Amino acid sequence: MGTLDRTVRSFLLAELVAGMGATLRAFFKPKVTINYPYEKGPLSPRFRGEHALRRYPNGEERCIACKLCEATCPAEAITIESEPRDDGSRRTTRYDIDMTKCIYCGLCEEACPVDAIVEGPNYEFATETREELMYNKDKLLANGDRWESVLARRLELDAPYR
Amino acid sequence: MVKVTVDGIVVDVPSGSSALQACEAAGKEIPRFCFHERLSVAGNCRMCLVQVVRAPKPVASCGFPVAEGMEILTDTEIVRKARRAVMEFLLINHPLDCPICDQGGECDLQDQAFGYGADHSRYQEAKRAVKDKYLGPLVKTVMTRCIQCTRCIRFATEIAGVPELGAVSRGENMEVTNYVEKALTSELSGNLIDICPVGALTSKPYAFTARPWELKRTDSIDVSDAVGTNISLHVRGTAVLRAVPRVNDAVNEEWLADKGRFSVDGLKHRRLDRPWVRVHGKLQAVSWQDAFVAIGRRLDGVPGDRIGAIAGDLCDAESMLALKDLMTALGSPNIDCRQDGADYDLSHRAYYTFGTTIAGIEDADALLIVGSIPRQEAPVLNARIRKRFLAAGRGGFPIGLVGAPTADPTYKTELLGEGPEVLAALRDGTHPFAEVLKAAKKPMIIVGHGALTRPDARAILASAWSLAAETGAIGAGWNGFNVLHRTASRVAGLDLGLVPGKGGRSAAGMMSGGVDVLWLLGADEFHTAQIGPQTFVIYQGHHGDAAAARADVILPGASYAEKSGTYVNTEGRVQRSFRAVMPPGDAREDWRILRAFSEVVGHTLPYDTVEVLRERLATVNPVFRVIGGLDAVDVSALPGPTGAGAVSSAPFRPVFDDYYQTDPICRASPTMGECSRIYVHPRTVAAE
Repeated sequence: MGTLDRTVRSFLLAELVAGMGATLRAFFKPKVTINYPYEKGPLSPRFRGEHALRRYPNGEERCIACKLCEATCPAEAITIESEPRDDGSRRTTRYDIDMTKCIYCGLCEEACPVDAIVEGPNYEFATETREELMYNKDKLLANGDRWESVLARRLELDAPYR
Repeated sequence: MVKVTVDGIVVDVPSGSSALQACEAAGKEIPRFCFHERLSVAGNCRMCLVQVVRAPKPVASCGFPVAEGMEILTDTEIVRKARRAVMEFLLINHPLDCPICDQGGECDLQDQAFGYGADHSRYQEAKRAVKDKYLGPLVKTVMTRCIQCTRCIRFATEIAGVPELGAVSRGENMEVTNYVEKALTSELSGNLIDICPVGALTSKPYAFTARPWELKRTDSIDVSDAVGTNISLHVRGTAVLRAVPRVNDAVNEEWLADKGRFSVDGLKHRRLDRPWVRVHGKLQAVSWQDAFVAIGRRLDGVPGDRIGAIAGDLCDAESMLALKDLMTALGSPNIDCRQDGADYDLSHRAYYTFGTTIAGIEDADALLIVGSIPRQEAPVLNARIRKRFLAAGRGGFPIGLVGAPTADPTYKTELLGEGPEVLAALRDGTHPFAEVLKAAKKPMIIVGHGALTRPDARAILASAWSLAAETGAIGAGWNGFNVLHRTASRVAGLDLGLVPGKGGRSAAGMMSGGVDVLWLLGADEFHTAQIGPQTFVIYQGHHGDAAAARADVILPGASYAEKSGTYVNTEGRVQRSFRAVMPPGDAREDWRILRAFSEVVGHTLPYDTVEVLRERLATVNPVFRVIGGLDAVDVSALPGPTGAGAVSSAPFRPVFDDYYQTDPICRASPTMGECSRIYVHPRTVAAE
């Protein structure tokens, strides 16, 4: 019986028909893929992407060189040097993140007492060379300026859970 | 002894101890802010509250004397609640600005708030704000952070002896202030930074530079004076960021002089990092090989007695011995470690060391200072003299001073005279202070370099020893004869015999045309114009100071932070430091340079490793076998240093005018330059 049944099914292309049936059903279902570079999936406000250094609304940089992010970074990707600025305030002279070392754990963001270093929603920062992934303070502040409205909104959304 | 029970543990403590000391003896940690072992008890922070059985309420253990059979409880609900409440009160007016505070990570308040504080603040009202005070170029103030423990006031008054700090107002409005806008006039002001339990007083040059968890700590020895202060160098990467004292009760207790603490930024400036050779009047950078060949060529055919070497003030014993061995191999008797022209009797170690020992000062009951200003030459030792002065009470520790009258020595002194004739007057009893010395059971005499850098140094030394012997300062069990050295390398140099050999020339003789080739091992403290124009000068050192500009060949050496070295302090205590960072560029450890050069001239020195060299140190002088300790020497039978000749009546002069500019490292240091401008030349500052 088993042998006869298998032979008949294979001659009638039963598997192919079942497969085509699945294809036909999927044809009328809503799409699960997106047209990536032109369409993007939804992101959680907690998504941990490319870093940015934020500023206060008056343009003053937030980072006060407390070095907690540097201390907490498990990958030791952050390097900070600081000295008194001309007005006597505590500011960094160097704030580097090695994005190739970073494991995007978000501990720097959690350690920051002034919400200066944040991991933004941007994940499209692939580069052609390694060197371009060694971020310095200018790059991070520029990121902050570019993404500020989004970053502020994300922090606001996440605030109730902190 | 009193028997006390702490949390069920029975301990014996000396009567008169505080409850806090009893708890420590039982191994219980008591939180505290205002209490400090070396300061008087203030009892105003209330953090050290403990419960004493049958006492109606918790007591502040720092000021509570123990009694026989007392039962102390340190970990009950009442104690915990009391401490939490005290901590809450302390934090009411504390700004909680830890992220921007330099004390963060090494802050007593931070640590204890973590252990004893609440997890949140209930205080909603406005906090107090206090105006910052100006305390000079070394100490930065953020007075809002002050918790009014008054440690700084007590330190300035008791240890440093400059009662320039005080408190005004009371209660919440109390402020620690220096009354007038004026820099603290103490050579120990840096210790305020260590002693402040919060971030109110922090280091100005180190401000915002690093966090304590980033720093690698290396044990070292301070070379800015001859006290041999034990320090720890804090390093990040390749830079020495700060120096802090280590506790050594025999030497520095836990203090460090400002020059040793703040001159470390000089290690980054004006460094020699590659060999140079003068070609047609101009210095040109060359390789080590070329530099050695240039020296070797110049040495060719020069008889041994036309070669000379002078060791400087910051040298370690290893490099000085290598220099001496090299000179011996070259057949030269011309070697000297006394570039200031001092003279000593080297027949016994007691004639050129601080025999009483620094800790021994606390047993003395009369003091005569001859030609020395300890406050500037050895600030930490001066603090010990002041400690003894305070402990002895009014008139208990009479101090006589022979030499130039100076600004406040921080204790009461009697100026006996300015010249050596006072010594003669003391010996024949015509001077009234002779009676004081004779009446004292343990008198001590300190002879400084104001007296020893004169042509009649030997006669003064002999006269001072005789005075000591006649007044009972030298006897069985007590050595009251002291030579206070000024430089870190001197005693080691004398121990190793870096003085002219038979027919050899002294430093001054070598400079004034006595030699054709002069090797300067970090020797900078003289006018380079003294060196004859025909002399070929080899400068081996770490800073491009005056002598390097005159040199024909420059060999870059290592500073004290960049080599493991042996130093002997003024007491004769042998101490060892470790390497904190690598020397910059092509610079090398000094003994290795000398060893490498010896091979070029065909007199290879017989040591390849520092261990073998240290073995040789111990062979040359067995004192180098004991590290850190000091053997008691019986001096009662010594005949005393020999010194004939007339004593001139010229007054003793201070050995330097500017405490902040005495060696190549501090002359290269911007912080020390600033201090010199503010403290030593205040008129130029006022004119600006």
